[in-house]
Amino acid sequence: MSDPNDEAEAFRKARRGRNIAILIGLLGFVILVFIVTLTRLGGNAAATGF
Amino acid sequence: MKGLQDARAMLKTAAPDLQAVAAAPARWQDYVLLLKPRVMSLVIFTALTGLFCADVPLNPVLAATAILCIAVGAGASGALNMWFDADIDRLMRRTRGRPVPAGRVQGADALAMGITLSLFSVGIMGLAVNLLAAALLAFTIFFYAVVYTMWLKRATPQNIVIGGLAGALPPAVGWAAASGAAPLNAWLLVAIIFFWTPPHFWALSLTTHDDYERAGVPMLPVTNGEPATRLQILIYSLILVPLALAPAFTGLGGPIYLAIAALGGAGFLALAAKLFQGKARADAKRLFGFSILYLFLLFAALLGEHVAGVHPLALLR
Repeated sequence: MSDPNDEAEAFRKARRGRNIAILIGLLGFVILVFIVTLTRLGGNAAATGF
Repeated sequence: MKGLQDARAMLKTAAPDLQAVAAAPARWQDYVLLLKPRVMSLVIFTALTGLFCADVPLNPVLAATAILCIAVGAGASGALNMWFDADIDRLMRRTRGRPVPAGRVQGADALAMGITLSLFSVGIMGLAVNLLAAALLAFTIFFYAVVYTMWLKRATPQNIVIGGLAGALPPAVGWAAASGAAPLNAWLLVAIIFFWTPPHFWALSLTTHDDYERAGVPMLPVTNGEPATRLQILIYSLILVPLALAPAFTGLGGPIYLAIAALGGAGFLALAAKLFQGKARADAKRLFGFSILYLFLLFAALLGEHVAGVHPLALLR
């Protein structure tokens, strides 16, 4: 029989790891979109009218 | 085939018991495993080769984005495959430790992850790189997840022949990402992987067909027997080896590529012929291992020549 406290702790630890992974993924996505946008606009950003 | 269906039905009845077994909580590493990282690494490598073989100057940020999209797209189709195939993965030794059949990740989560990553990878490819690359990536994901996984895999012993197209397309996606076009040389790379896939997978399935039989997957050794499989391996090898020499005559590959394709091809044919004549499973394992090395060296030679600019087309300029 495994200790319920140990199981709850393992569950919390796994959930924390998953949440951190999601945070890293989302931040990575935001940074990627930002860098790609700057790259696509390139040197023309200032010359292009809105 | 009747025996297979009976075994499948019996094990399907037992499946709820297996599902009821309490599993460890899902860690983030389980979600990484859903993306089939080993398959993904091969996809990245072949796509990168396609990207460099296009010989078009490409912004490094956009090139990296294209490769990331292809990698995530491949991972997404892997997650969709693991969601749909959980019932048969549970029955095979090689696959029963995967996150969904082992009960660590719910099937619905794998499905959601697969769909989300598919949409993100294709969307970003279309917005950041170009529409042709995005369309080819979307087709690749659809072909692997729907045509191969949901239809062909359980329907015909030709499953890995036709389904192999999904694994063969990444060089064309990479090429299209770099140049916005997919010329014949790009499709030559696709054809090499396409004809490499059957001898590679059938060599593996000769050593693991008990698993496929138990799961009711109609792999060629299960449906047609080992002698027919060994013959098919030889036939596909006889098509593959001359085809792999072709890039050396279309301006794509240089002398290093030609040497590797010739020597590697001779080795491939020798192993396929030995497997055809003999019955030893060790021969199948040897061919399986060599096939990985052979494809790796072919693409590494092309990649090396194009990065160094020593391929014929560059020398002619």
